[in-house]
Amino acid sequence: MTQSQHLAIHELEASQPDRAKVDAWMAGRRFPIVEGGRVTFVFRGDAEGVTLRHWVYGLESNSALQRIQNTDLWYLVLEVPPGSRVEYKLEIHKHGHSQWIEDPLNPHRARDPFGANSVLQGVGYEVPEWTRPDPLARPGVLEPFAFHSKALGGVRHGHVYLPARFRRTRLYPLMIVHDGSDYLNYASMKTVLDNLIHRLEIPDMIVVFTDSPDRLREYANDERHAKFLTEELVPDLQKRLPLQDRPQSRCLMGASFGGVASLSTAWRYPGFYGRLLLQSGSFAFTDIGRRNRRGPLFDRVVEFVNAFRAEPTAISERVFLSCGVYESLIYENRSLVPLLDGTGMQVKLVEARDGHNWENWRDRLREGLSWLYPGPLMMIYE
Amino acid sequence: MSTPRPPRAIVLLGAQRFDPTLGAAAAELGLDGPIATITAGWQEREGEDSDLHEHLGKRTINLRLHRRADEIFRADPELHAAHRKKQERLRHKQDFYRIRLEHELDANHVIRQRKAPPEILAEEEAAAIGAIRLLDEYHLGQCAKVESEFDAAWRPFERDSIARHRHEIAEILRDTVALAIAGGHVATLLNRLRLFGVAELIDGQAVLAWSAGAMAISDRVVLFHDSPPQGPGASEVLDRGLGLCSGVVPLPHPETRLRLDDAERVALLARRFAPARCLAMPAGARITYREGRFGSPHRVLRLSIDGTRSPVQPTDDLLPEASS
Repeated sequence: MTQSQHLAIHELEASQPDRAKVDAWMAGRRFPIVEGGRVTFVFRGDAEGVTLRHWVYGLESNSALQRIQNTDLWYLVLEVPPGSRVEYKLEIHKHGHSQWIEDPLNPHRARDPFGANSVLQGVGYEVPEWTRPDPLARPGVLEPFAFHSKALGGVRHGHVYLPARFRRTRLYPLMIVHDGSDYLNYASMKTVLDNLIHRLEIPDMIVVFTDSPDRLREYANDERHAKFLTEELVPDLQKRLPLQDRPQSRCLMGASFGGVASLSTAWRYPGFYGRLLLQSGSFAFTDIGRRNRRGPLFDRVVEFVNAFRAEPTAISERVFLSCGVYESLIYENRSLVPLLDGTGMQVKLVEARDGHNWENWRDRLREGLSWLYPGPLMMIYE
Repeated sequence: MSTPRPPRAIVLLGAQRFDPTLGAAAAELGLDGPIATITAGWQEREGEDSDLHEHLGKRTINLRLHRRADEIFRADPELHAAHRKKQERLRHKQDFYRIRLEHELDANHVIRQRKAPPEILAEEEAAAIGAIRLLDEYHLGQCAKVESEFDAAWRPFERDSIARHRHEIAEILRDTVALAIAGGHVATLLNRLRLFGVAELIDGQAVLAWSAGAMAISDRVVLFHDSPPQGPGASEVLDRGLGLCSGVVPLPHPETRLRLDDAERVALLARRFAPARCLAMPAGARITYREGRFGSPHRVLRLSIDGTRSPVQPTDDLLPEASS
């Protein structure tokens, strides 16, 4: 569709609609309206103003919808590239107040620890079928655990995933996931593991989902966290579970600050973790000066990333990174790739037209997990 | 002890899961009598062979190589540890081979996209393929070295734990007219076939092998998938096969594993493994090997170095591909 082509909303507007016409026009439509590369956001209701709020870095995040004269229908047209997935809310201005709401006309929602957002699915985007429960995939089990950490001086909770065909006589790779409960709740990770194992795309593996009560501190290059994982948790797991005891079979994984925790832990224990899966890692750094533009929360992250960038070494074997092009962190993640690559580690970066959110991280799991741990698919010819 | 006779005929087949043709192939060979089966590629599910037993007229005897191997490893922990160590070495070798292979394949892909005088391009492409072929051969050589070192150090056939089972297997085979080798996990299957020296125990029986079974009895096992989830697939050699039928690379499940419309990928496979012929074997495919020659093809596709594929005809002699 070209810029000059009329969109459905323009045709409606040109017809100088009344309420009945708007009713008829809306009946049976899906919202937002996706017409090729252009998307029309629509709100209908009593308001003094409506604003689109989204999390696309680099795009005006405070765009006003306009009202069609003599109606209560508001709209905004944006150009959205194919394959995009954008989380958004509508801000409704009324009586001097404003309220952020999910789009009442859009059934697609994404949940996260802060609530939910509406989801725009651009042309060509589909929720991957491997993220949905497959009745043919035998489910693994999740077992809760509590671990008293001396390094952290307290109890840490989480879940251990055992694959459906778990046997004590077999040895399994181990993956440790930061923000584990969020990955389970918002990125469907148990379902994804069940499905990918069932499809032979990844091997049977044991996955430990860990949580932190203070992630912004513990995940920001905290020596105690690294010690907890490497000197306490892994040895304990090694005693209790049939794990392959080699670097290639140990993976750290995380998103955002969880990505920082994964990379910095591997940096503190070089060669121990042979696989890293880093999603939208908050790898803030400064090229010149010490002030970072992201604020004091990032000070210790910057300290670590600057140190790593100054002397990059092969701390792992294979590193998979993913990042959304609609998040500001794409800059940091892209710039990390040649650096990691130059050390001799095998590196893969996958970019997506998406933002800093759990469903972006969910959608990249298949490629990441199967690249780090190819399953027996290449071996099985029934 | 007399020298074992080679198989009287070998039939390679496509997948048997949904529309089995094994029974028809056995009938065509006039096989009248018990048939030994190997389902070790099914691993722990080795014993779940009732469908196969039914399909072959309830005259099968499963050699249970997977279970036997488990018994041996339990009874002979020293051998088990050494075997594990050998497998670990092979895994390392495969990892390093894969690292180098990915770079060689990337180089080949880049060269193919370049614009240059045709004669230079042809030379460089041939050199790129040559480098991949050399790497494949090197890796096969490394696998052979690991295996022969293990054999020399441990002489597995002379150990009581294995000798007893080999004797039992030979006894079973003596009363059979054929050996049917099912698919499954090709590395496990090959490993068990080698552990018991099954190739040396065949004495004139016909061999029917499908999917991973067909791969395991060829000269070399080629792992392949053009669209795996982790990105563009790179075919890789796993190891030498038993070499019961020479000169072909069986490629089962082409319907789901090969992009046969992609001329570049087809040509690369064909050139890489020439002079062996790459044979795509969809479900229902069948081809017979007797006295060093292939015949009676049915639904088998031959991949050619020009990137095309064509059905193998009964009159085709399946001459070797010219190396590039």
